[in-house]
Amino acid sequence: MTRPRALLAAGIACALATEFGACGSSKPQLRVSAAASLHQAFTRYGESFAPARTRFSFAGSDALAAQIEQGARPDVFASADKKLPAQLFVKRLVRRPVEFAVNKLVLAVPSGSPITRLAQIERPGTTVAAGTASVPIGAYTATVISRLAGAQRRALLANIRDREPDVTGIVGKLTEGAVDAGFVYATDVLATRGAVRAIELPPTLQPRVGYAVAVVRGSAHLSQALAFVAGLLRGPGRADLAASGFLPPARR
Amino acid sequence: MSAPAHAGPALGDPHGSPARRLVRRWWFSLAMGMSIAVVLAFLTLPVVAIFVNVSPGRLLSSLGGSQSLQALRLSLETSAIAVAAVVLVGTPGAYLLATRRFRGDALVLTLIELPLVLPPAVAGIGLLASLGPHGLLGGALAAAHIQLVLQTAGVVVALAFVSAPLYLRQAHAAFAAIEREHIEGALALGIRRPAVFLHVAVPIARPALLAGLALAWGRALGEFGATLMFAGSFQGITQTIPLAIYDEFSSDFPAALALSALLVVVSAAVLLTIKLLWTPSRPPI
Repeated sequence: MTRPRALLAAGIACALATEFGACGSSKPQLRVSAAASLHQAFTRYGESFAPARTRFSFAGSDALAAQIEQGARPDVFASADKKLPAQLFVKRLVRRPVEFAVNKLVLAVPSGSPITRLAQIERPGTTVAAGTASVPIGAYTATVISRLAGAQRRALLANIRDREPDVTGIVGKLTEGAVDAGFVYATDVLATRGAVRAIELPPTLQPRVGYAVAVVRGSAHLSQALAFVAGLLRGPGRADLAASGFLPPARR
Repeated sequence: MSAPAHAGPALGDPHGSPARRLVRRWWFSLAMGMSIAVVLAFLTLPVVAIFVNVSPGRLLSSLGGSQSLQALRLSLETSAIAVAAVVLVGTPGAYLLATRRFRGDALVLTLIELPLVLPPAVAGIGLLASLGPHGLLGGALAAAHIQLVLQTAGVVVALAFVSAPLYLRQAHAAFAAIEREHIEGALALGIRRPAVFLHVAVPIARPALLAGLALAWGRALGEFGATLMFAGSFQGITQTIPLAIYDEFSSDFPAALALSALLVVVSAAVLLTIKLLWTPSRPPI
């Protein structure tokens, strides 16, 4: 009677200890806060990342940055823009950020949609999902809309009926047919494997979508965190990013 | 297992010396006291922290913002409609379930309680899969020109879904606790069933019904995940206070704190109002 119980207790203790990175393998646990749009690429990269076991927290970059400002201490912060890591760097919460990937903003529609051009979503009655003002996907969308002519801009703004806290929410609304169109990243469309179709934006409207990553100050796993970032820039992470549709950062 | 079962007075002896009994009782009281202290500290600390960080002036000025005000109005309206619908539609059903025995009644009760243990994200997905444009009833709703996603009506549906079980199980328990003589006596006097329900059962169950209503309303006021997934978030149309709080969290933490304080005050006010409502009239027994 006692042995199964003891085993169970040991199992529970081990499971609890694993949460704090102390049981089973001796690998440390690297906590990575990453933009929702990095879900696929980072999950793949994390599986093959040798120096540490990775634990990801995917959400809107702005929410992740707010958590760090409120005292959360992941080891790495990867943002869908360069602004948020730069702000945390100024506040001395993260080390110097570095750009590691480039993405594109697209207009996305459910696969069966008759919409083929941006101008079509300016028609009254069309519903459009976008990000909130503070999440990068919403900020990029605001840039695109600000580049439109006055009448077009007003028509499009009037059709935005949903402000999602991260890009995952916009994709979900599209795949469920809850909206007619939404502004998302090109990589998100690829990840839906056909459920959602991308409509390219004219080059004059396309904002520059650069992703930056930074090691969080006070990280207990500095060498692993640095290795994680290095792998994104030059190592296997780069291939995983490319496989998900990300472009390499611009050469300096 | 091999040792014989304890037959003697060695274990759990209830007749120890008075001193030992006193010590035992003292330890018990201490453990109970510790339990309530830990529970109280754990449950009140986050609420206290919100108010420590938000001055009354800041709380009032947060009401000045159009976003907060719209979110507050929307939250109150949608939760009131959702809870009213749950009470009107659900009370007779709970009465039936509590007073009649039929095959599968326990299953029905379990199904009604199921949303209680569903994560809000599952509720949101389920609502989309059933009532969304691509959902099971999506075509029928579209044919009837009923649109729920991205609409205030969708918020009401999400709130009703997550809050209904809280009210219904309370109502069921309240009706089930009514002694049968009350009902049968009234029926024997020739009072019709609808009148027995309205004028005997409901007044007796009223305190418990109101308690269930308060719980359901509180849950509806705080709903976040299902609303976001099913109805979306848009200022003035679908952005309730919890959604506005999350929006502010990532851009303006103090504003999120102030809005949270507002939600605590509103929820507490709802709870208190309902509690005060039920104290004057006691069940006629």
